[in-house]
Amino acid sequence: MLKHRVIPIVLLDGYSVLKTIQFSTRRNLGNPITVARIYNTRNVDELVLLDIDASKYGEKIDEFTISEVASECFMPLTVGGGLRTCEDISSVLAKGADKVVLNTVLLDKPEFVAESSQQFGAQCIVASVDVRKSGDGRYEVYSHAGRDFDTPLLDWIMELEELGAGELLLNSVENDGLMTGYDLNLIHMVAETVSIPVVAAGGLSSPSDAVSAVDNGAAAVAAASVFHFTDITPDDLKLEMKSSGLPVRI
Amino acid sequence: MGMIGIINIGLGNVDSVGRAIRHLGHDYVLCHEPRELEAVEKIIFPGVGSYGAAAKLLGETGFRDSLRIEVLDNRKPILGICLGMQLLADRGEEGGGGDGLGLIHGTVELHRGADCGVSIPHIGWNDVFDSGGVLYDGIPDGSAFYFVHSYEFIPASKLQYVGICDHGIDFTASIEDGHIFGTQFHPEKSQECGLSLLDNFIKYKRC
Repeated sequence: MLKHRVIPIVLLDGYSVLKTIQFSTRRNLGNPITVARIYNTRNVDELVLLDIDASKYGEKIDEFTISEVASECFMPLTVGGGLRTCEDISSVLAKGADKVVLNTVLLDKPEFVAESSQQFGAQCIVASVDVRKSGDGRYEVYSHAGRDFDTPLLDWIMELEELGAGELLLNSVENDGLMTGYDLNLIHMVAETVSIPVVAAGGLSSPSDAVSAVDNGAAAVAAASVFHFTDITPDDLKLEMKSSGLPVRI
Repeated sequence: MGMIGIINIGLGNVDSVGRAIRHLGHDYVLCHEPRELEAVEKIIFPGVGSYGAAAKLLGETGFRDSLRIEVLDNRKPILGICLGMQLLADRGEEGGGGDGLGLIHGTVELHRGADCGVSIPHIGWNDVFDSGGVLYDGIPDGSAFYFVHSYEFIPASKLQYVGICDHGIDFTASIEDGHIFGTQFHPEKSQECGLSLLDNFIKYKRC
């Protein structure tokens, strides 16, 4: 039976690791290779490496960092940050990535999901969706570039699935970095709407949050702050998931 | 220990396998042409992509004939990974279909899990049971490995050792028949268990 994955996310601002709170306040956490090495010794299921500044500055995630991490990490490696073309994807795959995360490019050019999915296979394409609540409490798709994006959330995720995304990385902007738990309603709503795997991110605070996310339909749980700033490890999450009867890889 | 040759005929990224071999403290060469197989002692055949296209490439490059000579006549151990394992079979139906290497008799067909309500492609970590044999030496039964595939290997007859994985139905996750080995999963992406499996292949001495 397929396992529910626990995935640490490593955010980069070019060359060093950082962590945000609600996508803004930043804290620097040092060298990505060192951080990846620690996760490798923790025998994690997958690692996500995201450069959150690349798109803003018209750059893409540093390839040297990818190849250094890939030389030490023998697990699926998912990378993102400023990837806009099939050539960009080819070059990060050649450096050792297995999957790519697409986000900003999709808001301008959703058809890029189809183009890249046909070329590299749906298993390679992770569409990232950042969600925040509007003033009246509705969920809306958050655009990093600060521009308006009017497509309603559920229409947007159905479109991404239809275009050939293999997986959704679902992040809650409000919950990011706060370690107050996932937005379970959001996870539930998204997982009910699409049939591709949904990776929950944004707010995990304790092992029981991982169980709740899966109970609400997440195929995998991702987190950053809780692993950076507390004693909780990916294994702690998995042990809790296992004791709740969920299939995980221990 | 003799040199390991990794076949590189454009069937996806071979570097991940190379990095894992190097991490284990061994060296390897990439074999772009059939004659380069002559100098190696062991062969690793990684691959992702479509069976039909790969089968065509095996013929065009001459690798089909040389691999059969090196593995069957010269008895060099081979490890096929993912599509590389599928290509050990006689034939596959994907992508217009095509002939494999015929090193282990069987066919490659769309994963039967599709009829059992599970999603195909089968992507993620899943357990492998009843494996035994050389590859799993020191690896606990039921360890999880990382899979990404839509088709499955259906052996024509009972093999010496077969690792079984459950995805909708029980299917062949790995095969071992004398000095011929294959894994449907990616050992190079399967953390410690995967590295141990690769190491077992590297250290394997033919009887």
